[in-house]
Amino acid sequence: MAGGTAPLLAVEHLTMRFGGLLAVDDLSFNVLAGDITALIGPNGAGKTTVFNCITGFYKPTRGRLSLAHGNGATTDEIEALTRSGRRWRRDGDHALYLLERMPDFEISAKARVARTFQNIRLFTGMTVLENLIVAQHNRLMHASGYSLLGLLGIKSFRDAEAAAIEKARIWLERISLAARADDPAGDLPYGDQRRLEIARAMCTDPVLLCLDEPAAGLNPRESADLNALLRSIRLDDGTAILLIEHDMSVVMDVSDHIVVMEYGRKIADGTPEDIRNDPAVIAAYLGVEDEEESAAEAEIRAIAAHVRQEGDGP
Amino acid sequence: MRPLAGPQTAAAEAQTAAHPTLGFAILDALKTGALVIGLATPIVLLETRQDVSNRLVLEPRFGLVVALAATAFLMRLAYTLLAPRLEGWRIVPAITVPDVWAGRLRLMALALLIAYPFIALALAGKGGAIKWIDNFGIQILIYVMLGWGLNIVVGLAGLLDLGYVAFYAVGAYSSALLAKTVGLSFWLCLPLAGIFAALWGILLGFPVLRLRGDYLAIVTLAFGEIIRLVLINWVDFTGGYAGISGIPRPTFFGLPFNASEGGFAATFGLEFTPLHRLVFLFYLILALALVTNAATIRLRRLPIGRAWEALREDEIACRSLGIDTVKTKLTAFAIGAMFGGFGGAFFAARQGFISPESFIFMESAVILAIVVLGGMGSQIGVAIAAVAMIGGTELLRELDWLKHVFGAGFDPTQYRMLLFGLAMVAMMIWKPRGLVSTRSPTIFLRQRKSISGDHVKEGHG
Repeated sequence: MAGGTAPLLAVEHLTMRFGGLLAVDDLSFNVLAGDITALIGPNGAGKTTVFNCITGFYKPTRGRLSLAHGNGATTDEIEALTRSGRRWRRDGDHALYLLERMPDFEISAKARVARTFQNIRLFTGMTVLENLIVAQHNRLMHASGYSLLGLLGIKSFRDAEAAAIEKARIWLERISLAARADDPAGDLPYGDQRRLEIARAMCTDPVLLCLDEPAAGLNPRESADLNALLRSIRLDDGTAILLIEHDMSVVMDVSDHIVVMEYGRKIADGTPEDIRNDPAVIAAYLGVEDEEESAAEAEIRAIAAHVRQEGDGP
Repeated sequence: MRPLAGPQTAAAEAQTAAHPTLGFAILDALKTGALVIGLATPIVLLETRQDVSNRLVLEPRFGLVVALAATAFLMRLAYTLLAPRLEGWRIVPAITVPDVWAGRLRLMALALLIAYPFIALALAGKGGAIKWIDNFGIQILIYVMLGWGLNIVVGLAGLLDLGYVAFYAVGAYSSALLAKTVGLSFWLCLPLAGIFAALWGILLGFPVLRLRGDYLAIVTLAFGEIIRLVLINWVDFTGGYAGISGIPRPTFFGLPFNASEGGFAATFGLEFTPLHRLVFLFYLILALALVTNAATIRLRRLPIGRAWEALREDEIACRSLGIDTVKTKLTAFAIGAMFGGFGGAFFAARQGFISPESFIFMESAVILAIVVLGGMGSQIGVAIAAVAMIGGTELLRELDWLKHVFGAGFDPTQYRMLLFGLAMVAMMIWKPRGLVSTRSPTIFLRQRKSISGDHVKEGHG
């Protein structure tokens, strides 16, 4: 966590209620530009609901989700935009978006937040290349003069299409799927489909990439490849990543910042080191009874200290 | 029969299913026969007839019921015994045509279509050619064009539209009314009819496209019926059941097809014959159909076409990639409707008379059947299906000799729905994804490989 930088995404008092169920309860956290932030917690803690709120698939019951392009936004700017009743304000490279007011496709097209899904959602009947070209839809649509000029086959559209193919080719090489570009996406093995979904999301040029359990169902080797891909996305593309993950080897290895949720509330927020030692997190993951909690915490802390000492040795 | 069939355990059943014994087959066929007797008894056993004193009398037809049951028995027996041997035939392998040949075949087909009226003339003479050009040529091409138009909505975008005939009606009525009341020529009415139909597509699409799957299908069906009922009841404007007659016929760039001095025949020094107009109409609908096809092929390779197909594959993924799904669906709906409108304008000009009778739900069903049978999204499949379905229906008219078999009251054209039923059953068995079940990618890096229908989704609204 680089101290002092304004957040890319600020989640403030996010609350989501489904009828009588309070799925997310007054959750606040920040995602910093260039960071990999992990959102963890036991099953049913409300992590995917938070994702769906950020990407606009759900409208939050309450709360504010502000995303800033450029150098980040001050609290005053966010307040001013909130009061203006508008959805976003753009001013050159500097822009501010209130995601809770925007429909899902605009969040991807304008605020440039991309996502993947827990159960992979590729266009299975289209080729791997087509999947990556569809992801560049808005730019190509513009280049084709909203299809009218494209019907005439003008050169600027053909150039834009060639550029889109080149971009797709670069991504195919980065996820080592170049050899399978012309095969249907549904034919790929599971691990390749996961990587393709990430590449497809990256083809929309996002500033924030939200990954819902990217390591689910991957073997250790594929997990390691995924870690390398995530690091390269942060380093080479400058895209911040927000990920939900259960695989602690991925979470502890790549994250700069971890937010832990339980029953819709945030129970911890900090660096991987902080989280590893947080008694509330340990209790949540081991599911300790309330009265036994403090006793168990002490015990676990002792064991953890012991393990760490062993780990620090030769 | 029981001892022959052997013990009825699951294992034995499985074994007999793989290698049916004669006993098993007979038992199975008997069951089928019994089922047919059960079905036929309430439906075909009793015939009502008026006797000489005009009283209604019931006449039992035991012979017919027995004949039906026996036919079912024999067919089931033959099927059970022969099916294992035909196992390999079940899935017809895809016919692959090398790329070099695909282009040549396309050119040959086009040349054949252009020469078609003259081939018909040469083979059937002047009197016989009318039937071949009008009933087969023009009629089939109208459905090919409508099939291609609906294919954009159903095949590419995956939106199940059961009310497509509404746009056909809008096109026909707007062009007929514009021609009759404003006096516009056919060549102005044609594009205007397309525009009107597209506008109606957008208008109907806005409320309807929020719905998905079955709900979308039901509401489009309802909208199709609403349009037809408005045409029937708004008598001042549309003429109600009486329809609109005396719609001006299309002219050859201003030259009418009649026997007058300034007519087409007189100008070119030909002897007047009604065939001139038919041949002209044939080329007109051929051109319209080819334009529909060319536009669809082009649109598929543009971002909008890929977005349609992506929408069919997974709408939520589309939204996550920043695609405005409402606009994308509306464009598919509007463009499909536009081609339906062109078809309607042509229909009005060809018939010279339109009435709500021509735009019943059955028409929507036939067009949808053509798209589904052809293989959703496949241009050539839709064309073949239209030839088979519409051509087949027309061929039924030729089967007058069947009257000698079934008696003078037998009208083969009454059985056209049977043809659709048979085609659908055959498709379920051999080609569950339509005649052309592979999808051709719109773009490729190294090599264009066709995609098996197993991966391609049908869409759900």
